[in-house]
Amino acid sequence: MARKRTTLGKWTRRSFLATAGIVGGGLALGLTLSPNRLKMADPDTAEKGETILNTWVKITPDNRITVLTPHAEMGQGAGTGLAQMLAEEMDADWDQIQIVQAPATDAYTNSDLGRGYIVGEGARIPAFAYPMLDFAFFKISENLVGQLTGGSTAIRLTGHHGMRRAGAAAREMLVKAAAVEWDVPAGTLVASKGTVSDPKTGQSASYGALAARAADFTPSLKPVLKSPDAYTIVGTSRPRLDLPGKVTGAAQFGMDVTLPGMVYAAVALPPVLGARATAVDQSGLPTGGGVGEVVNIGRAVAVTADSYWTAARALEALQITWDGGQPDLSSDTIRAAQDADLTDKEREVMDRDGDVDAALERGTPISLNFSVPYLAHATMEPMNCTIWVRDGACDVWVGHQNQIMARNWAARRLDLTPDQVTMHPVYLGGGFGRRAEMDVISIAGAIGDKIRQPVKVIWSREEDMANGAYRPAILSRMTGTVEDGKITAIHHTYIDADSGMPDSERPFGLQYDIPNRNIARIKCPSPLPVGTWRAVDFTQMGFFHESFMDALAAEAGADPLAFRLDHTSDPRIRAVLEHAREVADWETTLPAGHGRGIAMVKSFETIVAQVVEVRIDAGRAVHVPRVTSVVDCGRVINPDAAEAQITGSVIFGLTAALYGEITVANGQIQQRNFPDYDMLRLANAPVQAVHFMESDHPPGGLGEPGVPPVAPALANALFQATGERIQTLPITKHGFAVA
Amino acid sequence: MAINFLLNEQPVSVDVDPAMPLLWVVREKLGLTGTKFGCGIAACGACTMHVDGTATRTCMLPVSSVAGAQIRTIEALATDGALNAVQQAWLEHQVPQCGYCQSGMIMAAEALLNETPDPTDADIDAAITNICRCGIYDRVRAAVHRAAQLRKEG
Repeated sequence: MARKRTTLGKWTRRSFLATAGIVGGGLALGLTLSPNRLKMADPDTAEKGETILNTWVKITPDNRITVLTPHAEMGQGAGTGLAQMLAEEMDADWDQIQIVQAPATDAYTNSDLGRGYIVGEGARIPAFAYPMLDFAFFKISENLVGQLTGGSTAIRLTGHHGMRRAGAAAREMLVKAAAVEWDVPAGTLVASKGTVSDPKTGQSASYGALAARAADFTPSLKPVLKSPDAYTIVGTSRPRLDLPGKVTGAAQFGMDVTLPGMVYAAVALPPVLGARATAVDQSGLPTGGGVGEVVNIGRAVAVTADSYWTAARALEALQITWDGGQPDLSSDTIRAAQDADLTDKEREVMDRDGDVDAALERGTPISLNFSVPYLAHATMEPMNCTIWVRDGACDVWVGHQNQIMARNWAARRLDLTPDQVTMHPVYLGGGFGRRAEMDVISIAGAIGDKIRQPVKVIWSREEDMANGAYRPAILSRMTGTVEDGKITAIHHTYIDADSGMPDSERPFGLQYDIPNRNIARIKCPSPLPVGTWRAVDFTQMGFFHESFMDALAAEAGADPLAFRLDHTSDPRIRAVLEHAREVADWETTLPAGHGRGIAMVKSFETIVAQVVEVRIDAGRAVHVPRVTSVVDCGRVINPDAAEAQITGSVIFGLTAALYGEITVANGQIQQRNFPDYDMLRLANAPVQAVHFMESDHPPGGLGEPGVPPVAPALANALFQATGERIQTLPITKHGFAVA
Repeated sequence: MAINFLLNEQPVSVDVDPAMPLLWVVREKLGLTGTKFGCGIAACGACTMHVDGTATRTCMLPVSSVAGAQIRTIEALATDGALNAVQQAWLEHQVPQCGYCQSGMIMAAEALLNETPDPTDADIDAAITNICRCGIYDRVRAAVHRAAQLRKEG
């Protein structure tokens, strides 16, 4: 550990803000990285580790400002938010700003992510990074320089630590350039809306006109940042810069890549988890009609053709022999194994205080078992990757949450050096953690290596759903006791199925002040592939914690919201709960058959309380008419985009709580397409309200924290309406329908 | 055998397997990739185009069945770069997130408004059954109402 800390600490200290001129005269500003950093980042490119510029902002003489964002755009609108943070400190005119996805080279890396983790500056490593860490030194350094989008990091790390500083440094340089030009002290000049002016003389110059001269200056490492009172761009709802192309069909997703000479490949993945294709009988394969070749790479069989549909049809004509894998695997056996482990296996204590046993003996403990299922990401854009492999070079078009990691992965699989692999940025048709996985690239790379011409590998929806990196199904057992309206003890044992989330994020931590507590896990790695699913382990822990909190409130005969307030002294959490009480009309009476439930989960440095209302119609039909969210995410960068993340998270969470369940029988995933893994539609979407707390705290995450409270708030509302305590998700397992 | 139809008012002729779904013909043979593949079983609506004015899921629709028909895709909504009412309303309400399902959703909304210029919430619920994984439904509803208004002002 000591070595990691020292070496990577040094590595981050070698990044500097620096400038470079642009051909034709202009300014580019960003981080420079030393050769040593590259050496650690990627041994394969070490020898060519020239000092390079990680350009975050470019100003061209025609007065356009381009912000290069190192995060993938998968719907969260981070690019616009990052540009706002930079433009604000730069005093740019918002109309000058455009965003471009940074290329996947080592220069564009998430260094704050690394620093926060290794050196410890208060920023914790985000959840999406966890599966990419194997705690071997080179692997860590490689992963930490990944171009990671996930863990709700873009705004709170890249933006807060990087973009603001780059913007402020650029402004200082532009002002300095004007001061030199006009031979006046820089302190007398004013920068505003992309122009530097001298109030005394009335002279002014655009940033574009000053850019070339500004590029001669060395940027300050510690530029003066604005007081938030002076913000005119941050905190305002600027329209997202990526949306115009998304209403005309012009936006290019991975699925839309079209190259000269490209063929399409359809893939068959193992019907039984872990099986391999040992033989392919091609006798039924149609000849001609655009069908190309059959490729067996063991973990997949592909057919190429001049159209995807033709390839998919041809694939159906193959007789593939699959061997091995886990044909005995079933949801029942997985659950039974977890259940046995929960009772028999030794607990690994994660958090302990006081004397739980004594407190439980003193009181009348209640005990509840909880269970949550496997969940698929089901991004609207099925997995796909276009790749062109040739000797000494490879081009890849893939919507990925970590372009650099994907590049390095492809390089290793193809025996290339990372710099021989070129990643082409495309929009992601949803990510939610699924597009942080490497399987798509591995499979496309192996196929592309055999085809040796541009090939677009498309997974059918069925293969996408049955070959996921699922949110783990786990069990939990919570015991607690209440005396005089106060929880005196909580004992929690849960299964840890190894989603990869490190303990430092503490999803298992209780959110309330509980004097006697004993929280322990039992490791029981999932036999199904698992990964990060929007908000990761907070989705499971949030359901356990907040459902049990509700049960304890009922035990105490207390109002669930007041009960929560009685157990926290955290001023931010208290303020959120109190605001929720007001704006959700918590204290009004609902008609019979209706229920209102609350849950609060803090994740990724953001506190979210949600109040869900339900109505139970005839036939146990559950209707969710209204959801109110109260959010403290620190400073809000773009209120409209922030609201969209929360309302979207509510739909994501409701869909999962109502319908979501991936099951396995005979080693085969039982859900293949949307009818089996249903989704909330417009007709049953609730009316939503989102309230953000005014806050000067640094920004917290927003892409994920809206998800975890939804399921427990819904289950708690159902309890209010029916008296039934939902302990197993999804809700439709309990004879309820969705109205 | 060649199959002829009108794509965004342009006559096109394709010589493909007549069973090939319209979606793949338009995306891969005719090069318009705005319409998306989502599920392949007409369950999600990402592949929605207009066939003779009716919003139609095209991922299972054999191209032979649209011989002689008028096909309209997302690419035809804007005229000379000017967004139409639905597209404008979509931007006003900042509807898309990842954007992948949006072509289908917008085409469903456009067809609804052509038939029902002033839709109620119930009309919208019934007409727009597309799946969006980012969960933008509340904004879709608001944007459809706004588009109805823009069309009237139009």
